[in-house]
Amino acid sequence: AAMELPLSHSLASRAAALATGYLCYRRGSPGRGLALRSLRRARRQDINDVGHKYYLELELEDVLDKDSTVNCTAEVLYHLGNKNIAPDVQFTLEGELKNTDEADNIFYNRIKSPEKELVAENIPDSHGNVPPEMEPIRLLAWVASGYVIWQNSTENTKFQLAQIKHVKQVKRSDEYLEFDYMILLHDMVSQEIIPWKMTVLWHPQHGVQVTQDSRQPKHASG
Amino acid sequence: LQLDFWLAPRGLGHPVDIRVPFPSLQPLKAHLEANGISYSIMIEDVQTLVDHEQMEMLRGRRGLPISTNTFDYATYHSLDEIYAFMDLLVAENPNLVSKLEIGRSTENRPLYVLKFSNGGTNRPAIWIDTGIHSREWVTQASGVWFAKKIVQDHENKEGVASILDKMDIFLEIVTNPDGFVFTQTKNRMWRKTRSKHSGSICIGVDPNRNWDAGFGGPGASGNPCSETYHGPYANSEPEVKSIVDFVKGHGNIKAFISIHSYSQLLLYPYGYTTTPVPDQKELHEISEKAVAALSSLYGTKYKYGSIITTIYQASGGTIDWTYNQGIKYSFTFELRDTGRYGFLLPAKQIVPTAQETWLALKVIMQHALDHPY
Repeated sequence: AAMELPLSHSLASRAAALATGYLCYRRGSPGRGLALRSLRRARRQDINDVGHKYYLELELEDVLDKDSTVNCTAEVLYHLGNKNIAPDVQFTLEGELKNTDEADNIFYNRIKSPEKELVAENIPDSHGNVPPEMEPIRLLAWVASGYVIWQNSTENTKFQLAQIKHVKQVKRSDEYLEFDYMILLHDMVSQEIIPWKMTVLWHPQHGVQVTQDSRQPKHASG
Repeated sequence: LQLDFWLAPRGLGHPVDIRVPFPSLQPLKAHLEANGISYSIMIEDVQTLVDHEQMEMLRGRRGLPISTNTFDYATYHSLDEIYAFMDLLVAENPNLVSKLEIGRSTENRPLYVLKFSNGGTNRPAIWIDTGIHSREWVTQASGVWFAKKIVQDHENKEGVASILDKMDIFLEIVTNPDGFVFTQTKNRMWRKTRSKHSGSICIGVDPNRNWDAGFGGPGASGNPCSETYHGPYANSEPEVKSIVDFVKGHGNIKAFISIHSYSQLLLYPYGYTTTPVPDQKELHEISEKAVAALSSLYGTKYKYGSIITTIYQASGGTIDWTYNQGIKYSFTFELRDTGRYGFLLPAKQIVPTAQETWLALKVIMQHALDHPY
């Protein structure tokens, strides 16, 4: 039997953050980032010998258009014991997400044939600034980090993308765009800032893929 | 062609740098290519650079502030600028504001607290601190705004003026100055103090795990390299010890509010244990009101509850200690946002954040005034 959780409960917040990250990865693009607007309902179930399952009702918002929201139900299963298995996440969106074909194609064409491959660092900068032409690069990282977050989450973590330290476009002969990112993830529970490298592939018709990712060592003195 | 040579021709084999007006770009390229002269583009658009520099210069971060009325509250400031602001505020309002040095940081920086007092002797008081975790920049910036707001309310005989008739307010804006300077010079994500304790190459103690409440228990780390390292013993950090000494020495603090970011939460004790505090019901009710007040301004949504159920188990925390000292109205805020920008909150959100948070603080302060104990 599933137990109702208070909406302010830490376990509910963590599961909701995980579900949002996964969802964002599956549905996001450089023209669409999804963030959690509010948690409407959360229930938790202990499944013997399997793990802990959360039933969530979420309201998500489009990061580029706060008035555009969509409701969603999600189920998150954290597996017992083995910490190397990513949680199972399933979701159902109620309604349509805004079409981002135009924005995606503009970005795609801008980046696809540059004279020089794109390179940037510190997005946002220390003061929270993001140059407008970098917003799609940032959203792409936000979407891709959803994958990394999903793969590495447990009931005792709550990850957010803290910053893009470095991004470099990789030239490709096929139609895909490829970027090497060095990002910083913030885990709210341990308060650690974790550097992470990820290679991200994207094409307007083929969605976002993280083809490689690896955790990086933290520096000792800061 | 109106070519502007930034590195003029010197002779054969030496490169030249040329600023090219837009209409001359194509003709020049054609000319160079036709003559087999190789070139590369160093700056795509000079105007963009000039515009950016103009903007930077207007941002008010050149030089120290001249008055608290022309101070730019909507940008992030350096430690020197904030300390200069404090002195200005005191100079402009000598009958209300004074600056106390309650100690020195590990790197020997002064730890300053602003005292707002209308008179009386050792009146019951409210304590507010910001910036205990250095990377949480919206908090120090909000602290600066709060300081000015208190002065303005007093001048206009509104808002907290009535509170100041009976109570004093203490405000420590940069509670962790060593960490703050480090976030500006070396690592924007630095959280802890900058102390070195024997036996480790790692630096710093989490000042919100260093208090004597469940110290060293679950919810803090014994690993010096961890972000939640509790330190070798309670109050090992001068940033913490100075507040402990101040609170004990004062003896009449009635509300204690420690401000952090991010997550949009209002929290009350305990963090180190699931045992509810005896005053749980009252603190929960105050939180509900405070959060409603905060939300009323811009619709910003906050959750509230005890630390351990709402965020995580944390031992050695500030408000667990202050509550156990008998300061019933002990609260922690986690300000904007919920993760979109996290610690890197855009400067344009500083003032809205400070404004809405102030409404919640007033609820707490008013309650403390109305319910003496």
